[in-house]
Amino acid sequence: MNILIEVSYLIASVLFIFGIKRLSSPKTARQGNFLAALGMFIAIIVTLFDQHVLTFEWIIIGFIIGGVIGVLMAYKTPMTGMPQMVGLLNGFGGGASLLVALSEYYKMKNFTTWTFNDATNITIVLSLIIGAVTFTGSLIAFGKLQGIVTGKVVKYPGQHPLNVLLFVSLIVAGVFFVINPTMEILIISIALVSLILGVLLVLPIGGADMPVAISLLNSYSGLAASATGFVLQNNQLIIAGALVGASGIILTIIMCKGMNRSLLNVVMGGWESAGSSGPAAQSSSSPKGQVKSIDAEELAMIFDAAENIIIVPGYGMAVAQAQHAVRDLVNLLESKGKKVRFAIHPVAGRMPGHMNVLLAEAQISYDKMLSMEEINDDFPNTDISLIIGANDVVNPAARNDKNSPIYGMPILNVDYSKTVIMNKRSMNAGYAGIDNELFFYPNTLMYFGDAKDAVAKLTQELKNL
Amino acid sequence: MESIGLIMLIYVFVLAIFVGFELITKVPPTLHTPLMSGSNAISGITIVGAILSAGLEEFTISTILGLIAMIFATINVVGGFLVTDRMLKMFKKK
Repeated sequence: MNILIEVSYLIASVLFIFGIKRLSSPKTARQGNFLAALGMFIAIIVTLFDQHVLTFEWIIIGFIIGGVIGVLMAYKTPMTGMPQMVGLLNGFGGGASLLVALSEYYKMKNFTTWTFNDATNITIVLSLIIGAVTFTGSLIAFGKLQGIVTGKVVKYPGQHPLNVLLFVSLIVAGVFFVINPTMEILIISIALVSLILGVLLVLPIGGADMPVAISLLNSYSGLAASATGFVLQNNQLIIAGALVGASGIILTIIMCKGMNRSLLNVVMGGWESAGSSGPAAQSSSSPKGQVKSIDAEELAMIFDAAENIIIVPGYGMAVAQAQHAVRDLVNLLESKGKKVRFAIHPVAGRMPGHMNVLLAEAQISYDKMLSMEEINDDFPNTDISLIIGANDVVNPAARNDKNSPIYGMPILNVDYSKTVIMNKRSMNAGYAGIDNELFFYPNTLMYFGDAKDAVAKLTQELKNL
Repeated sequence: MESIGLIMLIYVFVLAIFVGFELITKVPPTLHTPLMSGSNAISGITIVGAILSAGLEEFTISTILGLIAMIFATINVVGGFLVTDRMLKMFKKK
């Protein structure tokens, strides 16, 4: 029986790998997700035949409760709420690892058939720490994205020393636990301190830095599963967790590059350079000049004369739920024979790929959504760049102004296009708290208004021409 | 756990990390959100551990912890795979 279980776990692992492999193209991605789900199904079924599993009522009760909540979440969450949903799911994964590690501890303590040894003790501590940090960290990330917890950068004195102190105390408690595993108070303390650490690590992070935080927590949730695999000596958990851990790390690196921040800066919970409006606000060198604004009617005429149009969506489009209005505009422009594409910055929105999902929801073809590398050289040949709810990712200061906090961040070169249309609600600075010199460029026209209304109005005027 | 056993587990872990890196660098940015939710569902594999905890013969504190773990992991698995499918369904080429 045991060998059958092990072989089934191997098959499930292979299915996970094939599943992720199929995610490399939108054509096969859905099938890939199905393969991964099949792998999970196999893993769950064979585990029920494990010799240690003797009663089923709690398993069934847990499965029904979790299943109902999972189905409701999956179908009731609007697409704009995806970052929160992923954040919350990360948290549940981490929480499960924490609880399984605790449960294993009590098994060893209460049953003579299980025994403590150093290797197991170390893995229990690791699983507890990573699981707990992922759990509370993700809940805070969820709260921030949902607007329950402040989306601003939270700073307090002694922030970093406190985190370091907590981390060191975790290591010390961990070492004591490995030496003396029967001391229950140690394991409880480790869990509690880790839960606190998770809160403290994510709380300081500002809203626009969430793509990094979510990716990193995604990675942690994988590593937590791996750590649990070490506790249970189960290769399936280790493999699946490692795949997810790697995925999260890669996304984190992509997000860091997209913001020109180091991974260390992120792991330390620093997030100091961007988001703090302190030194940025006084950047007096920013060029104040004439801002030209335009109304829908005139704008429609400019669009009517254009051939080549690139739309740059940002978080503002998600907030205004403007993706369907944008789709209508795109359809109209295309029916007039114009070429319309989307340029998507890696950190646009609140999580990796956030904009793409919203545009896909509005039935915009995925081959029109281009990444920064793919499209950045095309801006000089573009008649109109229409920026909807994005700001810092198109700020030329990242290229020109060495004193700017975002200097060095890769940006979309919208300023190279013939005309830049900036749709914004007001003249307020973006997330980084710095002025955008693009507003004052001679080829920039400001089109004020809520993204959804403004785009709909433009579409209407275009129709009336 | 013997230390040789631990080494074997570390082997598996390290090799799986490499496989993960190879696979995931090929996923295009357009699919990064479904990748996250899908991989998230995979990390719900902790459900295996939850089953082993919740299915103990005697009812102890381990069972209670296992039950809550079971709920958490099931939300993770069921919610993760379904929402990923819902998203991927939308990605169409005209």
